[in-house]
Amino acid sequence: MANILHIVVCAGIVPDPLQTLEPITGPTGPGLKNEMVLPAVLDPWAASALYEAAALAAKNPGSKLWLVSLGPKAKLQQVMMTVAQKVAFELVPIDGPIGGFPDAHSTAAVLADTIEAIPGLDCTKCLLFGGWESATRGAGVTLQLVGERLGITDQFQGVDQIDLRDDGSFEVLERVEGGKHQVSVCAGAPAVLGWATGNLAEPRNNPQVGMANMRTIMPALAKAKVAKLDPNGLSYISVSLPKQQRTTRVVKDMTPDQIAAELVEWIGAE
Amino acid sequence: MSAEATTTETPEIDRQTMEVDIACAGFGPATGGFLSTLTNAWTENPADPAFESRVAPGMPLQVLCYERADDISSGVSGVVTQGRAIRASFPNLDPAEIPMAVPVKSERVMYLLDPIGASRRSAVLRLADKLLRLAGPLVGVKDHAFTLPWTPAFLNKHGGLVLSIGQFNQWIGTHLMATGLVQIWPGSPVAGPLFSGNKVEGLRLADQGVDKSGAPTDGFMAGMDVKALLTVVGDGPVGAVGQAIDDKLGLPAGHAHREWALGMKFVIELPDDSNLANSPLQPGTVWHSFGYPEPEIFGFLYVHPERLVSVGIFVPSWMHDPSRTVYRYLQHYIQHPALWKYLKDGTLRSWGAKSLEESGRHGEPFLTGDGYARIGEGSGSTNMLTGSGVDEAWATGAQLGEAVIELLRAGKPFTQENLAATYEARRRASWVERGAQEAENARNGFQDGLVKGMIGMALAGLTGGKLSLHTHIPPAHKQIRPFAANSCDALKLKDAAKLAIADGRSFHDALLSVRGWPEIPFDGRLLVTQQDALLLGGKVQAMPGFADHVVFRNPELCIACGEKTCIAMCSGQALTQGENGQPAFEREKCIHCGACLWNCGQSPDGKHSNIEFRAGSGGLHSAEN
Repeated sequence: MANILHIVVCAGIVPDPLQTLEPITGPTGPGLKNEMVLPAVLDPWAASALYEAAALAAKNPGSKLWLVSLGPKAKLQQVMMTVAQKVAFELVPIDGPIGGFPDAHSTAAVLADTIEAIPGLDCTKCLLFGGWESATRGAGVTLQLVGERLGITDQFQGVDQIDLRDDGSFEVLERVEGGKHQVSVCAGAPAVLGWATGNLAEPRNNPQVGMANMRTIMPALAKAKVAKLDPNGLSYISVSLPKQQRTTRVVKDMTPDQIAAELVEWIGAE
Repeated sequence: MSAEATTTETPEIDRQTMEVDIACAGFGPATGGFLSTLTNAWTENPADPAFESRVAPGMPLQVLCYERADDISSGVSGVVTQGRAIRASFPNLDPAEIPMAVPVKSERVMYLLDPIGASRRSAVLRLADKLLRLAGPLVGVKDHAFTLPWTPAFLNKHGGLVLSIGQFNQWIGTHLMATGLVQIWPGSPVAGPLFSGNKVEGLRLADQGVDKSGAPTDGFMAGMDVKALLTVVGDGPVGAVGQAIDDKLGLPAGHAHREWALGMKFVIELPDDSNLANSPLQPGTVWHSFGYPEPEIFGFLYVHPERLVSVGIFVPSWMHDPSRTVYRYLQHYIQHPALWKYLKDGTLRSWGAKSLEESGRHGEPFLTGDGYARIGEGSGSTNMLTGSGVDEAWATGAQLGEAVIELLRAGKPFTQENLAATYEARRRASWVERGAQEAENARNGFQDGLVKGMIGMALAGLTGGKLSLHTHIPPAHKQIRPFAANSCDALKLKDAAKLAIADGRSFHDALLSVRGWPEIPFDGRLLVTQQDALLLGGKVQAMPGFADHVVFRNPELCIACGEKTCIAMCSGQALTQGENGQPAFEREKCIHCGACLWNCGQSPDGKHSNIEFRAGSGGLHSAEN
């Protein structure tokens, strides 16, 4: 028997991680150089959550899927032109600042308030999805804070799989140390699930899905509420990116064993 | 009425279909101009009945645009443009709104001498170089460069803009989509047009869930047929839709796509030092150069705000040498003393390349047909005398936009006759056409070398095209000359082959070393390997599940080919020496520059080169280009 689910996915947009990212400190605090210039993508872990949510909604007819995203409206619009081709959802945009440096509590407050105000959302049926990490920064607490503000106490992080049962309960696989999963059974919604990569491939671009989504996305963007995030006294002492080192050599006739040995040596040296 | 596709895909497959009013192939400046004209008019009066959809009555006009790249900001070009047409569309344009845009402040044209002695210069050029060196500072030779005392009027971009096309596209796209009238779908390659007889009835999107050869695999999803009352073809010089229309309907008598160039450039961040204020490289600075690293190679340097510089070269099809190792040549170019003194402490932020259709009016296709219109570079709009394409492309798009509005208001269908009377008539009466006429034969002399080329260009430029040189321009595949067989060159070829084998590098790269070009002193910051450049400031996107878009028509011809210029010119090293002598193609490295299409010296039919460049997904994903 299918369950009718109300799934809300919180997914931010981040600069394409393989662009040249350079931290700077501007008048409003730390940021990335030319961040508005860089192409943006849906935060990869949150994107996994969205695809899993769409698959779950498709298996349970009558379910609804909302995507809540906070970012500059113009950037959101641009990213949605790609995301909207992949799965069907209803966008709930929040026109806010770009970047991964605002205070997580402020961000969570705005997200929670927005989710509570979604017309037709029944919080007793709500599965709150998101990424357990972010490509912008690794604080990893925003989703948890949103859940707490919404009064959702069943929370799972590093989720790779969810199996919904007929009675509305579900089994969750969470990543734990040693490449293993912790198996939990939850009595049912509401719950928070912070996704790792999940098991689904990125859906293909489907123009018809895109067209259907756009009927609601563009009006939603036009009406996006503006959010200012309170810094809550948060200040950054320094911001830096992990060092990136790239040394390319052309090497011929090395055996796989030799290559492996060199890699081990290199990793050891690091 | 049934539609047939001109693509290689299986026609029997059940496909989704969708009906729209206007479908556009490709999103660049031309399509930007077209869509901006439509949306500007609609925004002025959304109640205008002309903008009611014919295919979905009661709804606004259904206008969709499909773009291959994964993002609308993935355009590859740092340009200088007079921006007349762009400013006409946006009279209150503030360049500060567009990242990396700045008004042109100063221009310079330089002839670069060869400080190394490896350049393949003719005797005449060597003599000229010698005289210039002797005259030295008296005539202004400095850092092995002679700066022309003035910039010829036809090259002048005074009052124009230095732009990043990636940023410009993003800016335009955001404005367009915010109106709600148009949708621009990135990551959606168009396989080809839908024909019904000679009428174009829309576009077919590329199949997904297929293997390299296009055969269905798991998750197969047949590309959708998008039926449109008007198909706007703005997919550039190597676009699948434009190529298919040219193949089916041919080109006007005497026209052909014979002249090409590959533009490759770096985006370099200048060092943040206190001397920058005294540097000539202030935002808005534009330098053009010629003479180095080879006489056939033209170069440019444009300064953006925020200490960013676009610096690059154009390698033309009339460079008959098969070793068109463009990436390495670009590295030699930036190390020329006249440039290196400013760039040497910089950091490479991104990199990109694209093919330019340089035939101008000689390559103009039929601009209109039943159900379709051609705009932009693929429609032959680039002016090769002024070295300008973006402004012209935008203008052709805007002209089509005005024409479409006129037809919509008159309730007339998009027939060839109606499109010719509105769009083509506007174009013929415009400055785009006058410029094209002046430029039509301006580059004829270059087939016989730089000196004759410059004379021809000056002749046409200074007389408004009334005078020019005459020449015969062979097809692009015949412009690649076989390696010389004389003993000296043959010896170099052997040495290069030995070096390539010993070093594990490409033959053409090794040949440059044998010819006397110094090895590149890689520093991991500004001078990086070509493979590392692929990962700098972006990445190559290759969504899984699409077929290879570079296909060798007759592998036997590849095996027999001794030059393999396709490998030398490949911007991303996506083409490499494969087994049995046939080049191997790696889609994951292809930046979709299209250079392989015209850098193939073989032809199976005397008309096409042996490389077919089809619709593909992805490409270089760098917003700073």
